[in-house]
Amino acid sequence: MNIVVCIKQVPNTTQVRINPETNTLIREGVESVINPFDSYAIEEGVRLKEKLGGKVTVISMGPPQAEDALREAISLGCDEAILVSDRKFAGSDTWATSYTLSQTIRKIKDFDIIICGKQASDGDTAQVGPGISTHLDIPQVTYVRKIEEISNDKAKLERLTEEGYEIIETKLPVLITVVKEINDPRMPSLKGKMKAKSASVIKWNADDIDCNVNDIGLNGSPTRVVKIFTPQPRKGGEILKGEPHEITAKVVDLLKDVIIG
Amino acid sequence: MVDYLLTEEQKMIKELAHKIAEEKIKPVAAEYDEKEEFPWPIVKVLAESDICGVYIPEQYGGMGAGIMGMAIATEELSWGCGGIALSFAATGLGTFPILLFGNEDQKKKYLPQIASGKKLAAFALTEAEAGSDAGSIKTTAKKEGDYYILNGTKQWITNAGDADIYSVVAITDKTKGARGASAFIVEKGTPGLEFGKKEKKLGIRASSTREVIFTDCKVHKDNLLAKEGMGFIVAMKTFDSSRPGVAAQAVGIAQRALDEAVRYARQRHQFGQPVSSFQGLQFMLADMATQVEASRAMIYAAARMIDSGAKDIARVSAMCKLFASDTAMKVATDAVQIFGGYGYMREYPVEKLMRDAKITQIYEGTNQIQRSVIALNLIKEAAKNK
Repeated sequence: MNIVVCIKQVPNTTQVRINPETNTLIREGVESVINPFDSYAIEEGVRLKEKLGGKVTVISMGPPQAEDALREAISLGCDEAILVSDRKFAGSDTWATSYTLSQTIRKIKDFDIIICGKQASDGDTAQVGPGISTHLDIPQVTYVRKIEEISNDKAKLERLTEEGYEIIETKLPVLITVVKEINDPRMPSLKGKMKAKSASVIKWNADDIDCNVNDIGLNGSPTRVVKIFTPQPRKGGEILKGEPHEITAKVVDLLKDVIIG
Repeated sequence: MVDYLLTEEQKMIKELAHKIAEEKIKPVAAEYDEKEEFPWPIVKVLAESDICGVYIPEQYGGMGAGIMGMAIATEELSWGCGGIALSFAATGLGTFPILLFGNEDQKKKYLPQIASGKKLAAFALTEAEAGSDAGSIKTTAKKEGDYYILNGTKQWITNAGDADIYSVVAITDKTKGARGASAFIVEKGTPGLEFGKKEKKLGIRASSTREVIFTDCKVHKDNLLAKEGMGFIVAMKTFDSSRPGVAAQAVGIAQRALDEAVRYARQRHQFGQPVSSFQGLQFMLADMATQVEASRAMIYAAARMIDSGAKDIARVSAMCKLFASDTAMKVATDAVQIFGGYGYMREYPVEKLMRDAKITQIYEGTNQIQRSVIALNLIKEAAKNK
């Protein structure tokens, strides 16, 4: 089975601070890690390979330092790593990112299942996984919490919903995004770390993956970010005191202010 | 932090072992201590991450990182829990006789199973009447044809019952005293090999300690380590190599006690200020940190010397065990003092560190025995140079 895992390098979320003047993440001095949700994708990919044979190719679009995240993925059992990196990708929104990754996967050619984390801990959009499947025109199953059965041409998956879960049967190839309930990611191994140190990470740029220049980077991004701001902390509530009929009258007045203004 | 100029591989071991301690061991340490259960799920993590084979040569499936690699891993795991770390460290103690004295067939048979973490090992020397005076052991091994028949009871054997491979010292010739002892590899499941009840201990309670009982236990002669009569040499050389491991366990416990104490001292306010602002307490912390660092430096020096193939390692090995374990006991006790009344409560982590630290002054040779080893070594050397 040919498994592709998509990962993103993100700032370690426990340490992220926001610059109040520019409203951007302070990335200086912040450790970069594999997006926590992608760790579950890596683990699931490696488990599938261990069960069914085949190989796991891990890919990431990002700046050159994202190579560290890919090496870590190799130490966790992935076989091959591809870094898709180019100045031309700068400013990509989720549409352009998923297009770029889908072109990367097209170039890999042989794939049966693509696994992504449900979302990245920095952007939190949960759009790139579904975007990739749309660009590739293959089925997508999001928020997968269990792969019940999988064979060469179809899979039976449990998908987490707000009310419970759904069981979905789909043909392959398929793209799934996974939630943390799906597994308990393993620790890296020393041998894996040694292998990762000497492994070669394949590097592709925009030309290598045959991209339409109008579909990548800032140009290819229909999303326009108008403003980013830190929401004002909520003011504390007000406790009304008095007799029930007095309070009722106050509440009605307050509601009128809010609704009618 | 002191830079010990670790190699890339050593840094990797340190980083990974610490990650395991932080994420997998620390959160469950109190529970294992309370329930006195053997930490099999953690052993599985250690196996999968290749930590189990860190000190075993590469040709037998290990990482070949030597005593230094073992010390680094043991320290970090013990930082998480001194008891849980012992599943790994005591396996090392049981493995050294095979590593140091096993023939090629024995090494090929047993080391890969230990390196992969599929099997744990244990070292069975101590008996009820033979502790520091190991020469008084009574377990016998009588040769009959191709087999040795073992009879006797070993006491306080770490990992006993849970381990699969036992390095055992027994008397093959009563008339020769210490030169009449021999060492054997005995596998769990051998008829006549049984285990006593699990002991209830002050500390390291996630580690199992049992009697190992031999009743007409037939061990094939292929499982004799080295030659007949070499049993004590095997034991002594094993301890020379394993003591930096105990020392590393001690320094891991001590480092954790120091970390907890510093954190708490900054948090705890009395008289309107953090207690870390009081000089009396600052001096305690400074002494603790200095002693921990000195212990670590001594362990690394000993480990590097052993790994370099040096022959005369008994003294340095005993010194690092002595110094690091005394340090662990002192630092852990001081940490409890800094925590005050809270330190005495089981809800806080430091009383466990104090309980766990104590054993490091006692096992693998009491610290009194270590001092004897060091002193004898000094006197012998002086006599030689006269």
